[in-house]
Amino acid sequence: MALFILRRLGVMLLTTICLTFIVFFLTNLHPNLEKLAKTQGNMRMTDEQVEAWLDGRGYTRPIVVRYGEWIGVAPGWTGVDDDGTPVGRCRSPGLQLEEGEEPPRFCGVLQGYWGFSTVFKAPVLDIVLTRLGLTGVLMFWVMVLMVPMALIIGILAGMREGSRLDRSLSTVSIASTATPEYVSGVILIAVFASSAVGLRWFNGTATSAMEDVTFANFTLPVVTIALYGMGYIARMTRASMTEVMTAQYIRTARLKGVSFRKIVLKHALRNALIAPFTVIMLQFPWLLNGVVIVETLFNYKGFGWTLVQAAGNNDIELLLGVSVVSVIVVLVTQLISDIGYVYLNPRIRIS
Amino acid sequence: MEELSWGAVFAQIFAQFTPVWIGIVVVFVVSIYYKSRLGLYGKLFDSNIGMIGFALVLFWIFTALFADQIVTHDPLAQVSGMKNAIPGSPAPEGTEGGSHYLLGGDNLARDVFSRMVAGSTVVMQIAPLATLFAFMVGITLGLPAAFYGGTLDTILSFVANLILAFPVILLFYLLVTPEIVQTGLPSYMAAGLFVFPLIFLWVLLNSRFYTQPTKQKLYLSGVVLIGGLLYLSLISQDRTPLNFWPDALDLFDIPGGILIVFVSVVFVNSPTVYRIVRGIALDVKTRDYVSAAQTRGEGPWYTMLWEILPNARGPLIVDFCLRIGYTTILLGTLGFFGLGLPPESPDWGTTINDGRRLLSIYPHPAIVPAVALMSLVLGLNLLADGLREESLRD
Repeated sequence: MALFILRRLGVMLLTTICLTFIVFFLTNLHPNLEKLAKTQGNMRMTDEQVEAWLDGRGYTRPIVVRYGEWIGVAPGWTGVDDDGTPVGRCRSPGLQLEEGEEPPRFCGVLQGYWGFSTVFKAPVLDIVLTRLGLTGVLMFWVMVLMVPMALIIGILAGMREGSRLDRSLSTVSIASTATPEYVSGVILIAVFASSAVGLRWFNGTATSAMEDVTFANFTLPVVTIALYGMGYIARMTRASMTEVMTAQYIRTARLKGVSFRKIVLKHALRNALIAPFTVIMLQFPWLLNGVVIVETLFNYKGFGWTLVQAAGNNDIELLLGVSVVSVIVVLVTQLISDIGYVYLNPRIRIS
Repeated sequence: MEELSWGAVFAQIFAQFTPVWIGIVVVFVVSIYYKSRLGLYGKLFDSNIGMIGFALVLFWIFTALFADQIVTHDPLAQVSGMKNAIPGSPAPEGTEGGSHYLLGGDNLARDVFSRMVAGSTVVMQIAPLATLFAFMVGITLGLPAAFYGGTLDTILSFVANLILAFPVILLFYLLVTPEIVQTGLPSYMAAGLFVFPLIFLWVLLNSRFYTQPTKQKLYLSGVVLIGGLLYLSLISQDRTPLNFWPDALDLFDIPGGILIVFVSVVFVNSPTVYRIVRGIALDVKTRDYVSAAQTRGEGPWYTMLWEILPNARGPLIVDFCLRIGYTTILLGTLGFFGLGLPPESPDWGTTINDGRRLLSIYPHPAIVPAVALMSLVLGLNLLADGLREESLRD
């Protein structure tokens, strides 16, 4: 088991390095840097001025070296500007050095310096952490709503395969997987929050939920994300439940005269919940997608909203920070789901 | 002119869709009549869910085909006075096309109904084709990975997992922004990804007709000539770094942005298809008929493409339907974030994005494409469910 986890961690590390390098490469392509120079410096810069601007800030050196600096395994770039004052990666405003304090040699992600956001004018790490907190609140309520609902639907549908209850619940879950967040969100807002229909039960935006979560401002975003994920988990639960219900030990219990209710709750449920656990864990990357859409639609300024802002405004270091976090979230959930699957299912022991 | 009531609006919409209704009825009557001879497709008509799904999908296929007859107005034309008009509003005198905006006007005074119908053409052109390309990439890489195993499998699976670990929206933002398009990266990716269908067809025919040189030469030269011409016309685009092919031989130019959207959707879908194909092939590989083919002395590609692949078709067809739906959702996501497609494009995602700003006052411009997208994806999912049920019954 320890070896298995160790090997998975190794692959995970390699994947993280590859992915962050790809993001680093794509965000640091020349047109992006040119745009950065023009937005930071002057919109009417000539090509030579752009080159000089980039050169004076260390952007023209080889990409691998700069990636190393960003990670924090290579010493930060240093140089001298036109006035003769020393400049460098480790002297940038995001580090908030004291007057006269000597800058560190290494300053990268590993040292806790994630860069400085050009849009929000704040250190990337601070932004990412606060936004993650806001998204965490959203995700918590999504999970609270989605997981029990999905499991109940799946178990009710799967316990009597082919019954009318099964057919109708399966159709509901198919319909919910067919409704992406931007469709269900739009429909929910139009029905429950617009003046055209007139119900106005909830708010159409969740901006106020950042300070104070209430039923009125948080219901719609939570329901929107939960709906899309729910159908998939419910179908997986149903599939696993129908499989368990045909097992020998269930038949034995039935022949013994155990009541149907007891069979479902005591014998089938435990075994039927192994597969959905993995699925719920693997849903995280999808949920991340949903979070981006819903936060944009409802103007909830969390992690997904930050991703859109960073990507839309060419905020290179913030986008890098955001992608590091999202990639790590995806990989960690994959790892947890693998370990959990082995742990929960005694029949599977890795060779 | 008077405003139409809801009943009249629906009656007129129903009438506008006449060619679609005729098409659906014809297909259903013919298919049910010849049901017993049509294999899996015929069996679909035994399942209610499958039939409903198929009808929904057919509805959108015919809507896309007959879009020019169904639209009441030019989907791009702006008519003054029709800004955010409510459904059933009469168009001013002298407007070209129909007398009313059946489903109202959007914030640029364009007809919502016509845009929704025109949008179906964009979606139905890109989604199935992109899914098909993703399947060809996935099959061409997944079969050898499962068949040979070893290092090839490890490397390919690692790359597939790498792409899958990316949040899709981040990937889209990284690939589809104008700055990246300027560097030509999507064009090079297109050049790389679109080779796979060619390789697939080449290997497919080559392995089959290896022993019949005349046929082999005929088919292979056909693939190279027709496929190659299509390939070169496809990847060589004006205003991108990859523009080398002479215009005289350039059969078609895909309008701005669509190629890039197409490439990124294929790119996102391929690793999942790869994983599915690899999984099924690993299972089928152990069957007796595969060993029989190998004992007979068939080459590895013949075994893969003519022994393993046909026996994996059931789950693959089901997944194909599901994946078209997922691709439609992805396309909508791209449109929703205003990526790739031009802002005036009538596709559903872009229209939803346009309409969402005034959602709480004028919901109709966003609701109409949203319901359209949902019904298409729902149809595809129901169809897949019906196919799965019927194929399991054998």
